[in-house]
Amino acid sequence: MSMNRREFLQVLAVAAAGGMSLHSDFARAAQAAEKLYDLPPFGNVSLLHMTDCHAQLLPIYFREPNVNLGVGSMLGNAPHLVGERLLKHFGIPAGSLEAHAYSYLNFSEAAKTYGKVGGFAHLATLVKKMKASRPGALLLDGGDTWQGSGTALWTNAQDMVDACKLLGVDVMTLHWESTYGAERVKEIEEKDFAGQIDIVAQNVKTTDFEDPVFKPYVIKNINGVPVAIVGQAFPYTPIANPRWQTPDWSFGIRDEDMQQAVDAARAEGAQVVVVLSHNGMDVDLKMASRVTGIDAIMGGHTHDGMPAPTVVENAGGKTLVTNAGSNGKFLGVIDFEVKSGKVTDFRYKLLPVFANLLPADAEMAAFIDKVRAPFIEKLSEKLAVSEGLLYRRGNFNGSWDQLIVDALIAEMDADIAFSPGFRWGTTILPGDTITMEHLLDQTAITYPWTTLTEMSGETIKTILEDVADNLFNPDPYYQQGGDMVRVGGLQYSFNPTAAMGRRVDNMMLNGKRVEASKTYKVAGWAPVSEEARDAGPAVWDVVAGYLRSQKVVRQITPNMPRLVGMDGNPGMA
Amino acid sequence: MNNQRRDALKAGGGLGVFGLLAAAGLIKPEMALAAWNKSAFDAKSMDAALAAIGAGKPADSADIQITAPDIAENGAVVPVGVVSNLPKTEYVAIMIEKNPSMLAASFEIPEGTMADVQTRVKMGQTSDVFAVVKADGKFYVAKKEVKVTLGGCGG
Repeated sequence: MSMNRREFLQVLAVAAAGGMSLHSDFARAAQAAEKLYDLPPFGNVSLLHMTDCHAQLLPIYFREPNVNLGVGSMLGNAPHLVGERLLKHFGIPAGSLEAHAYSYLNFSEAAKTYGKVGGFAHLATLVKKMKASRPGALLLDGGDTWQGSGTALWTNAQDMVDACKLLGVDVMTLHWESTYGAERVKEIEEKDFAGQIDIVAQNVKTTDFEDPVFKPYVIKNINGVPVAIVGQAFPYTPIANPRWQTPDWSFGIRDEDMQQAVDAARAEGAQVVVVLSHNGMDVDLKMASRVTGIDAIMGGHTHDGMPAPTVVENAGGKTLVTNAGSNGKFLGVIDFEVKSGKVTDFRYKLLPVFANLLPADAEMAAFIDKVRAPFIEKLSEKLAVSEGLLYRRGNFNGSWDQLIVDALIAEMDADIAFSPGFRWGTTILPGDTITMEHLLDQTAITYPWTTLTEMSGETIKTILEDVADNLFNPDPYYQQGGDMVRVGGLQYSFNPTAAMGRRVDNMMLNGKRVEASKTYKVAGWAPVSEEARDAGPAVWDVVAGYLRSQKVVRQITPNMPRLVGMDGNPGMA
Repeated sequence: MNNQRRDALKAGGGLGVFGLLAAAGLIKPEMALAAWNKSAFDAKSMDAALAAIGAGKPADSADIQITAPDIAENGAVVPVGVVSNLPKTEYVAIMIEKNPSMLAASFEIPEGTMADVQTRVKMGQTSDVFAVVKADGKFYVAKKEVKVTLGGCGG
């Protein structure tokens, strides 16, 4: 289906007549949408970029963070801006449709007004609309596509693989995809994707001889212009996720190899070189300053929905760095003007995908219905009603993770609970029912086992310090891109700018100081060591049991550490 | 993937790479033994290790490149490579500051050979990795931090 402007407006009119615009803000939004999605074409080479959809086939709510701290050279720069500071930096009017898309401000109210975001059927309509106005445009998928939902887990990623083929993805790179195991990834590449989707990743090599595991790049002809797409998979996959799932693959950042891949693509005739990256934005910014010859790095991983690119200067010229958010909420559109063999100008827009403003694509909607049908009963089980807003994203505990650690402590009789600092997971509005599907949005991984471990106070501190350094090391190449481990039961103070080993202090449990030599019972989930396979029941079973017994979840105040030295940081509101 | 190379190595069977090279006459056992400097490999402090190889206080050099991961995927086998662009490089040592014994490897570089070495080292914790190079009779050094983390909790 390709929709011209007149048809699109008709659909909007029908939607309005259907009662969706009873709210005056929505009527204004519909008018704004007409302008929003009527993006004038530019230049002669266009790329569409989606990333980190985390297997969300249906529209969802997703609250952007109110804590996304930047330290050192990252202080005050994109992406470490939240709320009003973010709007001001990018010149977005407060209270607008886009302000709701890019920020957490007034989230619950605005979400009720503007409705859900993302969904592959709505995304498909937007992709078709953009492709219609931009002949030859490629669709790039930055990865974290096959993981994040119950159906993706139960179909062994097949639902997302087929959805991406239907959506028209041309090139992709990887992160969570690898947690289905090396064999499954190669099977999909060699069978399902053959002749349709290229997996690119210059930084994945065999552990023995450093042979390439995937194509480092592909060159596609767009309107007569050779365009190279170089892949950069998540560099720390075997550290942040279980190494036993890809035992023969080595990852890493590999600047020198990236430079060689870019130079080789240029030598092969590429007039535009774009890196499809899962580094995370801070790593992309550093890489853009060190590697020359890249026109744009289109990034993901850190889930930063950045309205405009950051322009990075390096020894060879300038490189654009973009990041396209998460959960299917955004589609990045970059248009290049290429003249005399090189990029001379560009336009970029990060389009929010508002499900109520983009009619569902019929073919994709039918596919999604079909693939979900066998699981509907399981997914729609009502577990409890939430009185407050449940969200995950942010540097420290969100209310969803608070609920998970509270459940682990209660169900497993623990003193303290840890939940990983994942950045995926959808949002639930106040008064909504938590279904099994929502719970799986927070927990559906291939290593979901719970653990109960006796740990000394000293070990607990070591763990907190270790994760803290992965988030706040002043050099982005030493960061892993997740958020701080979520902590239940334990209070602490936290100084992000302190040196490794000195950020966490004043650890308290039930009003008493945590003692280095004393032993505590610590619950957790998502263990990465192979020995911890099948350690305890899956986390969703434990949390579901807790929710069924609670029936109603009261308003949750997340357990935030007392932050030191962060007053006035534009990454906190 | 270079299957030929893989097959060749598989054919080597239990000999292992070193054994294979030795069997092919490329490395003689006494070559490895000749390079053995017991006091250097036993040294428990950086100063002692540097003294044992006769380096004293080497000068920093930008002509030495260390290739190692920023964060190790597996602390038990961390790939470390050193390239020296210093003229007349005759010796390369790799030292891990936080290891119980610092000196992890040393290489004699015969005249006319490219000073480009690689090995795997074991690391128990985050540490600076030093490459100490002797060139034209003088010692030089470069360093890079390699982080060893507990893993998990990301993404």
